[in-house]
Amino acid sequence: MIRINNFIIPLFSLIIFCLLWELLVWYNNWPNYKMASPSDLWPAFWKFKHLFLIYGWETFWRTVVGLILSVLVGLSLGILMGFSKTIRIGLYPILVGFNAIPKATVVPVIALIFVGMHNMNTIIIVILISFFPICVSISIGLSTLEREYEDILLSLGANKFEIFYKIALPKTLPEFFGALKVSTTLAFIGTNLMEIIEPHGKGLGHLFDSGKISADYPLMFAVLITLAVMGIFLYYIVVYLENIFAGWAIRK
Amino acid sequence: MHINIEKVSHQYETKQGMLPVLKDLSLSIKRKGFTAIVGPSGCGKSTITRLVSGLIKPTQGSIFISNKKITSPLSTVGMAFQNPVLLEWRNVIKNIILPLEIVSKNMTYNQKRSNALDLLKLVGLEEFENNLPSELSGGMKQRVSLCRSLVHSPEVLILDEPFAALDAFTKEDLWDVMHKLKKERDFTCILITHDLREAVYLADQVIVLSGRPASLQYDVKTNFNEEKKISDLYSSEVSQLLATLRNQIEIAQNKND
Repeated sequence: MIRINNFIIPLFSLIIFCLLWELLVWYNNWPNYKMASPSDLWPAFWKFKHLFLIYGWETFWRTVVGLILSVLVGLSLGILMGFSKTIRIGLYPILVGFNAIPKATVVPVIALIFVGMHNMNTIIIVILISFFPICVSISIGLSTLEREYEDILLSLGANKFEIFYKIALPKTLPEFFGALKVSTTLAFIGTNLMEIIEPHGKGLGHLFDSGKISADYPLMFAVLITLAVMGIFLYYIVVYLENIFAGWAIRK
Repeated sequence: MHINIEKVSHQYETKQGMLPVLKDLSLSIKRKGFTAIVGPSGCGKSTITRLVSGLIKPTQGSIFISNKKITSPLSTVGMAFQNPVLLEWRNVIKNIILPLEIVSKNMTYNQKRSNALDLLKLVGLEEFENNLPSELSGGMKQRVSLCRSLVHSPEVLILDEPFAALDAFTKEDLWDVMHKLKKERDFTCILITHDLREAVYLADQVIVLSGRPASLQYDVKTNFNEEKKISDLYSSEVSQLLATLRNQIEIAQNKND
């Protein structure tokens, strides 16, 4: 029953959302170059279905690869900063400063450094935009571990590594998954920044740009909705993993 | 395993400079003894547990377990705290076997589990083997924590106010559990506590520390009865002992001012 509810309730809220959207456009009598309505999207989507398939896959795999790499980068930096106070106070200003730079301005820089390497450029931007929440959550989780947790193992002569993988890491997992959810949605921003700003001719960002050039507004909206669906899909994969690895922390 | 603390002084570095917590503390705990340490708040009782377990080294003086000087943590020590610090992602049995994963790496899982189950039966929680800590009450968590501190058959058990956060009746239950564990498993025990009744009921030696920096102020044997019962706590002999201890605490507190 709970499982069915978990599916029915989100679906129901989605349908209501689309109905309200349709109603809003219909009531204001907006032309579709001002605001496309859900009923305009399907024809646009169907007309370019092959492009959606090809470009959608390109955007998707680059986002996923970038996300996996940003988990690795975020974890490694977070672990270093969690365990060493020197590294933590040394790295924080750099990381915060870096994160404060709008990533749209970094896109041309990266594109110039690695000219023509579209996949790599995109993945780098994804990493730059999504590693930060993971890094911060891991470092805070590790550095705020209560002393008694360490003491029960330290007093038995356990080494740092044993304390890390038996206590610190599992204890930080709920925070990690919280951050990963944020990073997942950020990752799509990263892929599309690169695809829209730099004319690589790849991915859904490119399709969006084409829609803009040819003033095909329903196509632009269809791209946005596709991105949203992909984001939801990836988010629920993270939720699924969270249930497996950190299910103990979720209140029933 | 008798424990000797010899002329131990310890100080911590703080923002306001060095803070001395122990000064020339000497005391000895006999083999298989049960010693309670009481004293005013913040007088350095917890420091003693960290020193005896080898987690920190004293600034001056030495601590010996069976005539061997402690320089680093020993796997023959078990610890339990006021906070049961159970691992929320492990069920009860897996929480208890944690120390075995460090000190007895070659033991099979079934051996570890059976060791843990023996203790769980002693504390009356054998039905909760597969429950998560979040499903247990405060008293039950503390029982599990006690099992964990004993699963590797330590020769010294260090208890840092393990019953302080429990309600009065749960506390008395746990005292009896502690009696049972002490009878079944032979270990030397150090109990840090603020509760004088607890100290008298559980220990055979009570030590009162002076205010900070702490040194030995009062040392008394409490073998008023072979088999202690809660009702013994209301006898005139024990009342007198409690009054003496209370008086000693007051003296210690005054020194602090």
